[in-house]
Parts: sequence; C-alpha cells; structure tokens
Amino acid sequence: MTDAPEPITALTDPEPTAPPHSQWRDVWDQFKTHRGALIGTFIFFVIMAAVFVGPWLWGIDATFIDVRARNQGPSWAHPFGTDQLGRDTLARMMAGGQTSIAVGLTAMLLALGLGSLVGVLAGFFRRLDGPLMRLTDLFLSLPLLPLLLVMVLLFRETLNGAFGPEKGIFILIVVAIGVTSWMPTARIVRGDVLALKEREFILAARSIGTTNYNLITRHILPNVMSPIMVSATLGIANAIITESALSFLGLGFPPDFPTWGRLLNDATVYLQDYPERVFWPGLAISLTVLSINYLGDGLRDALDPRIRGR
Amino acid sequence: MLTYTIRRLVLAIPTLLFISLVIFLLLELAPGDPMAEVPLTVPPEVKEKMRLALGLGEPTHIRFFKWMWQFFVIEPMVFIDWLFGTDLAGGEQRVLSWQFRSPVMDVVVQRMPQTLWVVAMSYVVGVLIALPIGIYSAYRQYSLFDQAGTFITMVGYSVPPFFSGVLVIVIFSVQLGWLPSIYDTTLVVVDWATFKQQLMQMVMPVMVLALQTTAQISRFMRASMLDNLNQDYVRTARAKGLSEMTVVMVHVLRNSMIPVITVIALGVPQIFGGAIITEQIFKVNGLGQLLITAIQANDLPMVHTVTFMLAVLIVLFNIVADVLYGVLDPRIRYD
Repeated sequence: MTDAPEPITALTDPEPTAPPHSQWRDVWDQFKTHRGALIGTFIFFVIMAAVFVGPWLWGIDATFIDVRARNQGPSWAHPFGTDQLGRDTLARMMAGGQTSIAVGLTAMLLALGLGSLVGVLAGFFRRLDGPLMRLTDLFLSLPLLPLLLVMVLLFRETLNGAFGPEKGIFILIVVAIGVTSWMPTARIVRGDVLALKEREFILAARSIGTTNYNLITRHILPNVMSPIMVSATLGIANAIITESALSFLGLGFPPDFPTWGRLLNDATVYLQDYPERVFWPGLAISLTVLSINYLGDGLRDALDPRIRGR
Repeated sequence: MLTYTIRRLVLAIPTLLFISLVIFLLLELAPGDPMAEVPLTVPPEVKEKMRLALGLGEPTHIRFFKWMWQFFVIEPMVFIDWLFGTDLAGGEQRVLSWQFRSPVMDVVVQRMPQTLWVVAMSYVVGVLIALPIGIYSAYRQYSLFDQAGTFITMVGYSVPPFFSGVLVIVIFSVQLGWLPSIYDTTLVVVDWATFKQQLMQMVMPVMVLALQTTAQISRFMRASMLDNLNQDYVRTARAKGLSEMTVVMVHVLRNSMIPVITVIALGVPQIFGGAIITEQIFKVNGLGQLLITAIQANDLPMVHTVTFMLAVLIVLFNIVADVLYGVLDPRIRYD
C-alpha cells in the first residue's frame, strides 16, 4: 500500500509569527514613520502644557499691573518683558493661549458636530441629500470673513448682556466660527457615507432588523471616524487663525482680556518703539498652527489604509 | 458645454438672490442707528426726514426690493451712462452709503484700483512662484529641495498674514528702513522715481499675500504632478525616446495643470477676503479696508453691497472652475 500523500505545503497556512495587531496599533506604527508629524504632536503638547500648566508655576498674574515696571525688555523677572501697563508678557501669553486654544478646540468640536450631522444625514437619507447639499453649497459661497465680522459686531452687545463680557464674546466667537466652517467636513463625510451605505456589512446589519439610528451610530460613524479626525486637526488650526484674525481686527475679545490675536493687535500700536513685542504672540500662533498642520498631515497618512500597507 | 454653462449661470441667480437676502436680514438685526452721530440740536422731525432721505422708514421687505432694484437696474444703467455718455438712469436714487453720503458704487470704484493692484499682482506673483516649486519638488520627490519646499509651504500655510505682515514691517521698515510701511494711494506714477516708489510700497503687501497663495498652490501642484508622474503614458513617452524635458514639461505638466487651474480659479475670491487683513496692516485704502470701516461705522448699505459683491465673485469663480475643468479634461462630460 502506498503511504498517505504528503500534504501540499503551499496550501497549508503558515503559523502567524507575531501576535495580531489592532487597527489602532497599525495606525500608530504608520504615524511613527512620519517624523514631521511626531515633532508636530510633541510641540503641540508642549504648547498645551505650557499654556495650561504654566500659570501655576509662573507666579505673576496676567492682569497684575506694575506701573513702575512698564515697557521693560526681557529680564529674569520678566523673560518676555512687560507691556505699556507693566503687565508681564509671559503671563499674558499663557492666559492668551488658554483662550485661543480653548476657542480653537470648542469651535472645532462644534463645526465637526454640525458637519458630521449634515454629512451623515445627507449621505444616509436620500431625500435629505439634495436640500442639505444645496445648503452646504450656499454656505460655501458666502463671503465668510465679512460675515463673521458682521456677526461679531451685531451680537456682541446682546450676548454680553446675557452672559457677561468674557463668556458672551467666547460663546459668540465659538458659535460664529463653528457655524461658518462645517462645510468641508460635511462634504467629506457625505461622500464616505454614500460609499459605505452600499457595502455588504450595512446590508447584513439592515437585514437583521437594525434600526436606522443604530445603523448610523454603530456601523456608519465608526467607519467615517478617520476623515472626521483629519478635519478635526485642520479645524483647530483654522479656528485659531480665525479667532486671532478677528481679535487682530479689533472685533474679537475685549482689550483687557488677552488672546494671542489680541496681544498681537496691542503690540502693533507700539511697533515703532517696541518691535520685539509682536514677535511672541505671532510666533505662538504660527507654531501652534504649524504643529497642528503637521499632526494632521501625519494623521491623514496614518489613517489612509492604502498608504498604511506600504 | 455651452448648455452646461448657461444652466449653471441661471442656477446662480437664485443662489445669489438668497445670499443677498441672508446678508440683508443679518444686517437688519444691527442695533446701530445711522442718525446716532447727528448732533442733538437737530430737531426730531428733521431727523425723521433725514432718515427718510436715506431710504429708511419703510418696512424691511420694501427696502430689500428697493436695494435689489437700485443694485441690479439703476447701477448698471449708471455704468452704461458713464461708459457711453447716455442718460438712462436719469437721476434715479442709487444705493447710498450712510457714512459718505454718496453712492456706494462711486466709493467702491474709487477704492477698486488699489485692491486690484495689490491683490491681483500678489496672486499672479504667488502662482508664478508656486508652479516651478511644485513641479520641481514632485520631480525630485523626497530630495532636499522637496523637503525644504514642503516645510516652507507648510510654514507659509500656517503663518497668518497678520503676523507675517507685521513681521516684514518690523524687519524692512522699522529695523532696516528700506521699504515704507504705509501704502500711499495718492501717489501717481509719472516718471521713474515715482514708479520706483510705487514698486517699493507694493513689495511688502504683495509678498505677504503671495506667500499664502504660493503655499496652497505649490502643494496642489506637487500632489498633482506626483499623481501623473507614475502613469503609464509617461513611461510610453520616455520609451518613445522623448527628452526628459519634453516628458515632464509637456506631457506631465499639461495633465497635471487640469486640477491646479481649477484651484487657482477657486482661490481668486479667497484672496480678496484675505486682502481685508493685509490692507488693514499696510494701511492700503482698498475694498477690504472700506468694508472694515463700513462695519465699524454701521454703514449697512455699504456692508451689504461690498459683501454681496464678494459673494458674486465666489459664485462666479466656482462656475468658472467647473467649466474650465470640463473644457480642459476630456474625461469629464457634464451633458
């Protein structure tokens, strides 16, 4: 009798040598290869830490006025110097950074929420697609900066009365930026949802009687997370620049309430005498935005499965 | 293609009317009173007459339709009158600015040249710098030039104009004293000296605005070139024995320009929006500065008209971009 035939080696599955990776581990592995993104992330977190933890370590209050020490250059007592009222520039930079980054994060969340909602609804429900996308097109053809300026000017007094000067203007600027910057997210999300909707797993989920709500929250949303995350990073950068631009034009936060844009605007008045004063807030804005842009760039590569495989 | 263009243009009309309505209604909520700066000694009934003379006092919808009539019918007639010396408008009331007490369009026409000079020049300069950078970075991908170019465009993308503008003023006007920091619009170019002066005062605003344009467009150019460089037709062209110059600058470049040209068209209205800030920094009294002062002075007809003109630009260039895309790319058929 013949022996039992040798199993054909090519058809046997090789034992996996490494334990299986989760998807996020793969994303992180790809993200690590993008050096700019790593540096960007690091710088962004350093700025966040400096701005939010710094005030505890640095004893001088941002609003403390020391008239005898005004218009000073850099020294050990005031590393960034002092302004025309003797307030410490370092402390004001940290306080301003808190507001600027807080505005950036909140406005981004609002824009992202609105954009994802519109995008998912337009992609998922065919009847809503036409009207919602026309609305998006309409918003895209509005001249945004002039409208932002008008909105801030119109509603400032009303909201100041309702919430107090600082919280009022914060709400106003966050809402104004959020309402005028959700459109790109909505378009990207709609495109992805349209493609996802035709996939088999959605059909399978639907065939076992999943309701629309569960279909969206459990199956669609997790799959469109990656474009949403990329537009989130770009949204923060955008919101910080817009807030600074508004403050720079004198239509943002009130004068004694520092933000980076406001500090830059205050410094331009003393441009002839103290030109170094414009440097720090401008550098802070640029560095934050640059690091976020690099972070977004790396995230886009890491979350793209076509690039990740290579 | 023609039917598509016509369809888009017709569709743009309701969009623009709606945008105009949105801007008008938003401005309707404005708390300010145009009579606020009139002295208190003026009696109330005279004030009431002044309000009526400004076109106030009628209900909102009537004023909206009046604005539309004035903007879309009377202003073009005035324009034709000015062009051919006819008398179509016949002294009809035009859109009046509250702060200048003169027709809005007259002020806009006064401010237009400064903005156009600075903005248009910066856009042209920006595009001209961006294209070679994009082409060469893509051709030598991951080379030192590419790395540096990517970093510089990233910086140009991230540094807001209100910082780069102030920074160049500090360096070139305050420290070195080479260039004037304020744009002198009364300057008339008559000879070589004034031409040089005009050139000197234009350098900084143009370069600041161009930096933004360059950053965006060179990134697009690079990505688009990279997409095309690996295509089969490029290998075919090389296999035919065409020179590298012909392959890259003719075959690849022409195909890569298709998306880039639409991006350039889409960027035109944006650069007008960005000019608002740049004009504020360099004290150019152009349209952007006009808009800011109008917003601060509560000059609603002016704000409405200028904002609406920006909206027209956006809608128009969106159509231009789509039509260009169809004309340039034979794979795209709209009909």
